[in-house]
Amino acid sequence: MAAKISGLLDIESLDRTEIEAILARAHFFQPAEGETFRRLDALRGKMIVNLFFEASTRTRVSFEIAAKRVGADTVSIAAQGSSVSKGESLVDTLNTLVAMRPNAIVMRHAASGAPHFLARHMQIPIVNAGDGTHEHPTQALLDARTILDQRPTLEGLRVAIIGDIAHSRVARSNVHLLSKFAADIVLCGPPSLLPRELEQLAPGVRLAYEMTEAIRDADVIMMLRVQLERQHEAPMSAGEYFRFYGLRLEHLALAKPDVIVMHPGPINRGRELSSEVADSQRSVILNQVENGIAVRMAVLERILGERL
Amino acid sequence: MTGSLLITGGRVIDPASRGDGQADVLIRDGRIEAVGTGLVDEDAVRFDATGKIVAPGFIDMHVHLREPGIEHAETIETGARAAAAGGFTTICCMPNTAPVNDSATVTSYIVQRAREMACVNVLPIGAITKGSLGAELAAIGSMCEAGIVAISDDGRPVMNARVMRRAMELARAFDIPVIDHCEDLDLSAGGDMHEGPESVRLGLRGIPSASEDVMVARDLLLAELTGARFHVAHLSTLRSVAMVAFAKTRGLRVSCEVTPHHFAITDRELETYDSNYKMKPPLRCQHDVDAVVEGIVNGVVDAIATDHAPHPGSEKMQEFERCPFGITGLETALGLALAELIHKDRISLIRLVELFTTGPANILKLDRGTLAVGAPADVTVFDLHTEWAYDVQQSFSKSRNSPFNGRRFRGGPLATIVGGEIVWNRE
Repeated sequence: MAAKISGLLDIESLDRTEIEAILARAHFFQPAEGETFRRLDALRGKMIVNLFFEASTRTRVSFEIAAKRVGADTVSIAAQGSSVSKGESLVDTLNTLVAMRPNAIVMRHAASGAPHFLARHMQIPIVNAGDGTHEHPTQALLDARTILDQRPTLEGLRVAIIGDIAHSRVARSNVHLLSKFAADIVLCGPPSLLPRELEQLAPGVRLAYEMTEAIRDADVIMMLRVQLERQHEAPMSAGEYFRFYGLRLEHLALAKPDVIVMHPGPINRGRELSSEVADSQRSVILNQVENGIAVRMAVLERILGERL
Repeated sequence: MTGSLLITGGRVIDPASRGDGQADVLIRDGRIEAVGTGLVDEDAVRFDATGKIVAPGFIDMHVHLREPGIEHAETIETGARAAAAGGFTTICCMPNTAPVNDSATVTSYIVQRAREMACVNVLPIGAITKGSLGAELAAIGSMCEAGIVAISDDGRPVMNARVMRRAMELARAFDIPVIDHCEDLDLSAGGDMHEGPESVRLGLRGIPSASEDVMVARDLLLAELTGARFHVAHLSTLRSVAMVAFAKTRGLRVSCEVTPHHFAITDRELETYDSNYKMKPPLRCQHDVDAVVEGIVNGVVDAIATDHAPHPGSEKMQEFERCPFGITGLETALGLALAELIHKDRISLIRLVELFTTGPANILKLDRGTLAVGAPADVTVFDLHTEWAYDVQQSFSKSRNSPFNGRRFRGGPLATIVGGEIVWNRE
């Protein structure tokens, strides 16, 4: 029996201490005003393969920059243009890559559980960069880092997550993370995108079908993209959706005065939030993008770095 | 076969005669010759069953043998050998082969292949509709003449209620049961596992209990309308158990089966995204499992069937949502039933044997599942204490898609006798 290889598959199985360690290290990596990210050679000689079976620009680029900043070499593969389109199975693709002896694989896949499935068959650390509608662990970590830049603690914060929760891996990872820190979480969306069972996902979660109820006294509002590509039945019309679940400036008055607005991107102006909100002082959407690199540097270093 | 076999000293349990006690069983020329104490036959081959249980041969009324057409997953020969190793002497094979068993020609082919290759009795089940496409009725009468024992479009349920009604009317005329895999395909479309807190947590699309329940309800109403004998395959939900119980109190000719995996494990197992836990109906949640077990205890459930569904490894080694539905089950059925129903003191041994013998035999009106004098000499020998572990790599099946690999069992099949011949022996 080979030794257990640990990557990062999901937030649910991480404990609070582990999360705190990553967030603290990410804080160390955050650049000062007007500077770029520091460059380390902690992972000199390590090879990381970014394997993206699903289109992504920001997450892939973020992982690439993060890997380079901690000194690793990276190769990125967009699986649409690879042997996958020639009918090769997932296991065979991975076996082929593993034979080239990388040190870790960062993967995004449209199927929930795909990295978990591979992790049971491969002797290599796998970092989940988003699996279907399951989890997106580094997104939740960078979101937590972004909140902590504005608030002293996650504990007791009121966080409203609004939109297509059913199909959101971002929502699931955030719920698990925030719940571990005893935040007060409200999930909000139209009933077909907000299954009742979500209430049992983690402690401290409740559901609301009305925006105003979800936003009242919120410290953090996380808006989610409507994932039309994952919906398999007639969605709510765009106009109807924005009217009832789109975030507009007037909503912000209901929240705490220093509320922050987040969005994992890419944003759809006029679909899930208005342009005014996206560009407002309350929006930290670009901070999230920046923190993505710091958090991913911390994750890669933790997985591949020398531990004394 | 000709010749004699004397099974001595076992605890003979025969639900058909309500018999349960130590006895010998004498078999001659493929038939049960006598059951009693102190039987003597100088010429007989002796089989010492001391400390073991001797029961009528087990019947599995729901298996997939994949022949003709999908022989890389299973053949009639390999499926039959797996059945024998599970203690089954008779298996009924579903029609979803390639081609579908929707004509007397395919039925005759299966009967002929089984006669040549199978070490257990193989009874075909015919399709309800041509190609199991749900539109035109299959050649039901001709298939009955060729040897089918029931009709079913298992796996591709008849969605059109009018077609189902006509099928039930025909089945009544030919005196065979209609077996339905009850699933509303619109409600379950795209689903990979039971819909509930676990599917939401894992980000997998759900198959709601209601997709089974609405079809059970429809079929029960049609059974009442037509007077047909109607059998619910692999019942898995609390409400379906309740509806079948209600239909029985109203005197409908209704029966149902449950699989070992639906009474042994729940959707909690899915968290590894192991596709060996992916089947239809999906593994349900704890309250459904409790209801299914309760149905076994209180008599609503008539039979245990495996829904043995072999798939080659290449199909199961994929992303969860791309893997086909179904698991093998012939070799683990009795072990699981003992673990969940006997060792947990839920039912008596005679009731357990009934679920594997007279239960399915009565549904299908077979002359088997009994140790009555003159009956075919199909016998299953098992015990309650032998410790063994299931090693899927040693399976007689061509496929390896079992979620119970490595599972330890207490008690299980020891020998399988078909027509007086020992076709499998654990030693």
